[in-house]
Amino acid sequence: MKEQDQERKKIISVKNLSKIYDMGAVKVHALRGIEMDIHEGEFTAIMGHSGSGKSTLLNILGCLDVPTEGKYYLDDADVSHLDKNQLARMRNRKIGFVFQTYNLLPRTSALENVELPLLYNPEIRRKERKERAMNTLELVGLTDWSEHFPNQLSGGQQQRVAIARALVNDPVIMLADEPTGNLDTRTSFGVMEIFQELNRKGITIALVTHEMDISKFATRNILFRDGRISKEIIIKNIKNAGEELKKLPPEDEEME
Amino acid sequence: MNLLNLFIIALRSLNKNKIRSLLTMLGIIIGVASVIAMLAIGQGSRDSIENQISGLGSNVIMVFPGATFRGGVATAAGSAQSLEMDDLEAIRANCPSVKYLSPVARSGGQIIAGSNNWNSSIRGVYNEYLDIRNIEVESGSRFSEMDEKRASKVCIIGQTVAENLFDEYTDPVGQRIRINKIPFTVIGLLKEKGQGAMGEDQDDIIYAPFSTVQRRMRGARQNIQQIFISAVSEEKIELASEEIDELLRTRKNISMYEDPPFHIRTQTEIVEMFTSTSNTMIVLLAGIASISLIVGGIGIMNIMLVSVTERTREIGLRMAVGARSKDILRQFLLEALLLSLLGGLIGAAFGILSSKLFVAIMGWPITVSSYSVVLAFSFAFIVGVFFGWYPARKAAMLIPMDALRYE
Ligand SMILES: Nc1ncnc2c1ncn2[C@@H]1O[C@H](COP(=O)(O)OP(=O)(O)OP(=O)(O)O)[C@@H](O)[C@H]1O
Ligand SMILES: [Mg+2]
Repeated sequence: MKEQDQERKKIISVKNLSKIYDMGAVKVHALRGIEMDIHEGEFTAIMGHSGSGKSTLLNILGCLDVPTEGKYYLDDADVSHLDKNQLARMRNRKIGFVFQTYNLLPRTSALENVELPLLYNPEIRRKERKERAMNTLELVGLTDWSEHFPNQLSGGQQQRVAIARALVNDPVIMLADEPTGNLDTRTSFGVMEIFQELNRKGITIALVTHEMDISKFATRNILFRDGRISKEIIIKNIKNAGEELKKLPPEDEEME
Repeated sequence: MNLLNLFIIALRSLNKNKIRSLLTMLGIIIGVASVIAMLAIGQGSRDSIENQISGLGSNVIMVFPGATFRGGVATAAGSAQSLEMDDLEAIRANCPSVKYLSPVARSGGQIIAGSNNWNSSIRGVYNEYLDIRNIEVESGSRFSEMDEKRASKVCIIGQTVAENLFDEYTDPVGQRIRINKIPFTVIGLLKEKGQGAMGEDQDDIIYAPFSTVQRRMRGARQNIQQIFISAVSEEKIELASEEIDELLRTRKNISMYEDPPFHIRTQTEIVEMFTSTSNTMIVLLAGIASISLIVGGIGIMNIMLVSVTERTREIGLRMAVGARSKDILRQFLLEALLLSLLGGLIGAAFGILSSKLFVAIMGWPITVSSYSVVLAFSFAFIVGVFFGWYPARKAAMLIPMDALRYE
């Protein structure tokens, strides 16, 4: 396994990363010296108790936040001390972020929601933007829903639009903070099926989850405790989300 | 993000809240409409006054008896007797810059022709008066020197007077009429002048020789009510007025430091006087209008602040997918700008429309100048930028993580 790691490109490298929230009276140590690498093609699931710092880490990895201390290399570039505009550019070019609550723009079509990141990239013209957004929607199986507004879509469909939006800029890594947190088991497995498919196509993914079932679809699990990594597990027999979905009892039985 | 996309986004977000956008624009709409309408009314009344004053005649100077009024109080015990016939002749003899001059005697009363009667005003003037005021005679003749010398009972009547005294088949020239029971012969009919700028009928007038009105109708009093003078040229108006002033002072023994018992008004002075008062009016009206524009701007700021708060998560998301502060700032600034410019557009349309309506209903003279439209628009633009800036900046300063978590 170690050898294989060295052959693959390091997408993310985190050194002695810590994050302290200064709340005036108290200082919350959300992260206490994280050391972690993510290689190209990996599918990492981050697990841990509530408040253990998973979201904090993911936000830093997603360039939405900056660490208090330590180094963060994204795609070989040191991003721990970038300014606001440089971080925005990183988010636009290298990161695809999926939120628990989808965060789609209301009264805006699925296609336009997917286009959004490309609008902030002046190198991409209108025609290419439309094409890429459409292709990405196809990847998540929503070609027929491109003109629908978020309020006309189910939770699972909305999350798939959000995944398409995270993919459309061709990021080096996709980050997802509890992407199935608001979904039922069946829909969650459907979403995980998409993540697995994307991972098989070579896309690097890191997601945070509370559910053991979900973490078993990843290639690697990282366990958090009190702002530290307490355990790292390489999953031997990775479950296939598509197959698991078929094993679930039919929908009407589930109702009873 | 390029401008076109920003424009589309801003337009859409306004479209999503149509009623709110419209209400927000209302302040600007009213502001711009009133700026345009008020400037139009102001400009219109100014133009009409200028027209009217130039309608006075060519290079006109007027001399009135009595003191100049200063601060509402007569500074010399003005005697209405201060202008005599001798003064008139002296001006004619001694002022080289004067071309024509004529005294004016005013009277009025009932005019009867057959079974018709009419009330009008009568002016006793020299023949020259018609030259000073560019009054043309359509048919018949002007006064002769004999008419003046003998105080002949002849008159020249305006079209309105003619219409009211005679039917359309009768030629007024040669007809006999009675003015205040005195029989007159109509010797001329004036060319139609139409409505004056203030809405008065310029054709409702009768001219008779000065001596006739002065002696037969005003009881042989010697004082002159007014003297109309024309200078030899426009450039000589000032000089003529100075010559007259000097001459009259000498004749009446009044030094340069005293207030004379007469006053002289030139056409230029009158134009200046009226334009300066209408200027003050325009400034005043524009002031009121700009206050409503500012109030409109505050309305925009208010709604934009609400909008920023409402869309905090949207802002957070846009930032999360790569929008820089600058992009967010532009987006909200453009939205505010669009609100104010759209309001400006609608307001301009309303302003022009209501100006036209004013013309139609009130018969007020109105001139919509393109500069007032440009002015109102640029004002709306400035208001948009000024009041849109703060909310836009507030949006741009949001921290992505906080904005995304905003409930
Ligand atoms: N913006 C913030 N300001 C202050 N403290 C914060 C902030 N965000 C997180 N924290 C604190 O940092 C710690 C880690 O929070 P974090 O959200 O990373 O936990 P988590 O592992 O994602 O939890 P959960 O599973 O409930 O989402 C918590 O103690 C939390 O209270
Ligand atoms: Mg969390």
